[in-house]
Amino acid sequence: MSNELDLKLKIWRQEGPAVDGKFETYDANGISEDMSFLEMLDVVNDNLITTGEVPIEFDHDCREGICGTCSLMINGQAHGHEKATTTCQLHMRKFNDGETITVEPFRARAFPVVKDLVVDRSAFDRIIEAGGYISVNTGAASDANLTPVPKEASDTSFDAAACIGCGACVAACPNSAAQLFTSAKLGHLNLIPQGQAQRFARTENMVETMESFFGSCTNHGECHEACPKEISLDFIAFMNRDYVKAKVKNRKLAGQK
Amino acid sequence: MSRNSGGGSLMTVLDSKIPDGPIADKWNNHKFSVKLVNPNNKRKFEVIVVGSGLAGASAAASLSELGYKVKVFTFHDSPRRAHSIAAQGGINGAKNYTNDGDSVHRLFYDTVKGGDYRSREANVHRLAEESVNIIDQAAAQGVPFAREYGGLLDNRSFGGAQVSRTFYARGQTGQQLLLGAYQALAKQVAAGSVELHTRTEMLDVVLKDGRACGIVTRNLVTGQVQSHSAHAVVLATGGYGNVYYLSTNAMACNVTAAWRAHKKGAFFANPCYTQIHPTCIPASDEFQSKLTLMSESLRNDGRIWVPDGFDDSRSPNEIPESERDYYLERKYPSFGNLVPRDVASRNAKTVVDQGKGVGPLKNGVFLDFQAAVERDGEDLVRSKYGNLFDMYERITGENPYKVPMRIYPATHYTMGGVWVDYNLMTSIPGCYAIGEANFSDHGANRLGASALMQGLADGYFVLPYTIGDDLAGRLGDAPISTNDPVFTQAEADVQGQTDRFLSTGGTRSVDWFHRELGHLVWDYIGMERTKEGLEKALSEIPALEEEFWKNVCVPGSGTNLNSSLEKAGRVADFFGLAKLMAKDALDREESCGGHFRAEHQTEDGEAQRDDENFAHVAAWEWNGPDSTQTRHKEELAFDNVALTQRSYK
Repeated sequence: MSNELDLKLKIWRQEGPAVDGKFETYDANGISEDMSFLEMLDVVNDNLITTGEVPIEFDHDCREGICGTCSLMINGQAHGHEKATTTCQLHMRKFNDGETITVEPFRARAFPVVKDLVVDRSAFDRIIEAGGYISVNTGAASDANLTPVPKEASDTSFDAAACIGCGACVAACPNSAAQLFTSAKLGHLNLIPQGQAQRFARTENMVETMESFFGSCTNHGECHEACPKEISLDFIAFMNRDYVKAKVKNRKLAGQK
Repeated sequence: MSRNSGGGSLMTVLDSKIPDGPIADKWNNHKFSVKLVNPNNKRKFEVIVVGSGLAGASAAASLSELGYKVKVFTFHDSPRRAHSIAAQGGINGAKNYTNDGDSVHRLFYDTVKGGDYRSREANVHRLAEESVNIIDQAAAQGVPFAREYGGLLDNRSFGGAQVSRTFYARGQTGQQLLLGAYQALAKQVAAGSVELHTRTEMLDVVLKDGRACGIVTRNLVTGQVQSHSAHAVVLATGGYGNVYYLSTNAMACNVTAAWRAHKKGAFFANPCYTQIHPTCIPASDEFQSKLTLMSESLRNDGRIWVPDGFDDSRSPNEIPESERDYYLERKYPSFGNLVPRDVASRNAKTVVDQGKGVGPLKNGVFLDFQAAVERDGEDLVRSKYGNLFDMYERITGENPYKVPMRIYPATHYTMGGVWVDYNLMTSIPGCYAIGEANFSDHGANRLGASALMQGLADGYFVLPYTIGDDLAGRLGDAPISTNDPVFTQAEADVQGQTDRFLSTGGTRSVDWFHRELGHLVWDYIGMERTKEGLEKALSEIPALEEEFWKNVCVPGSGTNLNSSLEKAGRVADFFGLAKLMAKDALDREESCGGHFRAEHQTEDGEAQRDDENFAHVAAWEWNGPDSTQTRHKEELAFDNVALTQRSYK
């Protein structure tokens, strides 16, 4: 059988958005190193429930690193210390016996705490609604192979589209900026032929919606370090360039807006 | 629709409304013959869509583009989280871009055959017809499908097919298709024509005069119970694989919406048809919370084997070729490692049960990429499967480029679901079920890369046409007021259940009960079923259920986020479903697709169908909590695909 760990957990508990929160300490003993971090929390919660205490709320769903629901600052790092890994894919073999682990929610003004470790990330949905789509109503599409997409463009677009919308970039940023998230969606749609018609309107609207919720980017690069999908900082540069273009192009006179 | 009138001719209860005419013309003719709602009148109709996965998001976006007023409900914090996002492998489309002889008819034929002749021909043909439109729609939305160097779309082959018709987006096809549908939905939310309710769970369907008139929801953050009224209710709430506790489904996937609709009169069809996916990472300990799927596409290049000897604990690389049994290649020379899922899964179970299992718990078989790495080089293998290999290594601590993966089957998809007619309407007028939540297209076994296809076909291209047929006749009907007693009663029932859970004060967590239930369902209603086992299930599940209601512990309050409370309601519904699965499996005295009764097998151990007595859909009608459900039959006609014993040899 696998090795077992005895751990101390300092976990943020907060009843609701309007109430002050604080750290509580819990023991987690006999944790198998093959467990995921969230399975370790399941064990802690099961013990809390059977002793009549209120379990710790945390967001999670697919537990295979793709839905973007799980979060957590683990020892001060978004999704913990393992590179390119979401919390649900972080396994306990990456921790040491006897360790104290601090667990907090993602912190940003635009991500208010709902309860304990759960935060509200709906500001991301507002950014997508501002233009993170290609307007093609159902039924209006032409044959898929009528529009060749250069493989390089398609591959780079995909690198951006791999974003899971977890918000680690915001949580890791000292300014709580959402440039990496926003630029990932813009990189996905602005790099391919299908996205050209709305490219500049999309960029302007999404960037400005982003700025109404989030802080400003000062090029720390912490977002990329924390990103479980390793979205490249290049997309931020690409977004900034498109944003400037969107501003200087007089699209009204050109008949484009 | 006439209700069951005391043992009369039960078959008349189910009207599948399959259109007349040749199979290839049915859908076209039907589209012409359904009633239309004038574009200016569509805004007078309100439609509720529950669920925001591929089916729900695509339906909601398409219906609102047409002009209907749409409300979308999801228990997630964002529609983009729905579990469609986790589908890895691909989506079928009968484009024949590869010039290898594919056609709508071939996809239709493969799907009916793959479903072991237990699906409706007409529905499957429609699915195959719409498959090509889905690819066009998704590409136009910017879904980054894999492309050739010339910029055109790439295809690959998939289990159960001998042509390459699967479009894919690395190992993240579901994610990219869902983001496409989610973004289409976001566009409609921004336009003000979709009202989006997140972290809101549907807990009842409400009927007035026998017709669906709305739903009751609970806001998961505030606990507020609320009614919503509409002209039609669409359930796009996914499958029920989590009844097994361990499955590849996300933690929150559940049967609650479908089950509560069932209790209000929606027939539940073929619950025993569950799919066990052959390529998942085996469980490592009892605290395992879910099983992780390794895409079926890995079977294109990976070779499945076990050691010849029993209890062989040598490391795989020390076992010489001569002592390995590549059992799928040996037994099925023409399909080899690409046999359909049910066949691959059952064969894995057979060798593990024989004592040839591998890994620390002897609960897996090898999936070996050594030949592919030697043939194509590590770089090419990485470009195809890199993210899957990384995920495997993260979970197991083993490097699959050097050591074979260990895999074992796990519950993955449920073919059974809410019974629907050709228009996707359930047996509750005005209530529809789409995507995995319904039962209609996959028969007793779903082929790979067909789930995404069905979810999107239903949402983008079927429901938007068929929903008008019913709504057209209701022009001028105002939605029922949410102050109507039917709503206030449903709200009181929902609140009553919440209060009951919070005041039970038992000693065991909801998860404990779910795990125990999962063990029973896996042992008795899993990959292989027997009369004896199913009878045991029917006595042990009710006993556990009784203890659940007496001894469950749900701490916390009903007025803020409380995941124990959410789970309690879902597990309560899984108990009801599990009993029905056992009954359905017991009554179906044959083996077909994902339903394998040990009593019914050929000499080679393959599924033995009984077409004379069981070429029908079993649809169960709720008769109240104290009586058993009534089993209705919808006979299946096979006019275009000859019924044969499936063979992949």
